[in-house]
Amino acid sequence: MVADEKVRFGDVFMAFFRAGMLGFGGGPAVIPLLQREVVGRYGWMNDDEFGDTIALSNTMPGPIATKLAGYIGYKIGGMWGLLVALAASVIPTVLLMILLLGVLQSYKDVPWVQNMSQTVVPVVAVMLGVLTWNFVQQSQKALGWGVAIFLIVLSVLLLEVLGLHPAILIALLIAAVLVPFIKRVVSK
Amino acid sequence: MIYWQIFLAFFIPGILGYGGGPASIPLVEKEVVDRYGWMSTQEFGEVLALGNALPGPIATKMAGYIGYMEGGILGSLVGLFGTIAPSLILMLGLMAILFKYKDSAEVKNISKVVKPVIAVLIGFMTLQFVLESQSSLGNIQTVAIMAISYLLLERLKVHPAVVIALALVYGALTGI
Repeated sequence: MVADEKVRFGDVFMAFFRAGMLGFGGGPAVIPLLQREVVGRYGWMNDDEFGDTIALSNTMPGPIATKLAGYIGYKIGGMWGLLVALAASVIPTVLLMILLLGVLQSYKDVPWVQNMSQTVVPVVAVMLGVLTWNFVQQSQKALGWGVAIFLIVLSVLLLEVLGLHPAILIALLIAAVLVPFIKRVVSK
Repeated sequence: MIYWQIFLAFFIPGILGYGGGPASIPLVEKEVVDRYGWMSTQEFGEVLALGNALPGPIATKMAGYIGYMEGGILGSLVGLFGTIAPSLILMLGLMAILFKYKDSAEVKNISKVVKPVIAVLIGFMTLQFVLESQSSLGNIQTVAIMAISYLLLERLKVHPAVVIALALVYGALTGI
């Protein structure tokens, strides 16, 4: 890797800034743009390394864009690389968000502004509906219809009927997968 | 104490949301709307809509903005830290181990078993937004806006930012 060469933090910043500012649809949409920067433009990783990084970061919870920025930034520039890559992918869009919503908030008592915030709700509902269907399809692809439907029905019962906190259910499922794995690794 | 609450509100979704930022949104809503009552479902929908209209990762836009609303600049940084740090530290710490076992079935399965749970969480959040919209806009407008935006987004592949902008313009015009 290039960790011992002189790392150009300006390049690190621009790579993650461009990917962040051009990707619409949340972190997952940023991945192909990031690949273009990291593999294509700057050659910090090859396609295989990048693919492995994506696959492994998907086994971990939390936002994907920041996991990638932090990990790739660290790999090419140590702690400073990590911070620069994270700042570039996060700060500009947060500032835009605060500015835009700040303007909207200061006019929120004006009737037509109030109406704007209502008419946008059904659009969000459609986007979430599509995202729901994506996750149902991913579940089916990963687990097959039988297991997927069983887990969906179980989750509806536990979360929505019995009111269990999702944290508990997710932690239990992860434990069910990981405990046999850890046992096997330890006993080796 | 507000900073601790902000940290927790974003730490929990960050550590449980498998499938990237969008998967953690219903978990964020659970904390921000249900547990801490910082905003109503409709306000959350508004923030989410504008977040979707802007580029970049969604989880950090939500955390940065909601943290800022509740605790100023420091609150914003705490929200971002809670979202980013735990999963990143986990990743940096476990990367070496995971690389060794990357072809093991269990490691691949971790994110798979959680997907149906996330589907249910986002599904119920969708329902909540539909009901919310029904009570503020009525049946006809809700169904019409949903049908048109589905057509634009999924069939005609119009950019989400454009569809959200159209909905905002429609709202402004009908609200005058």
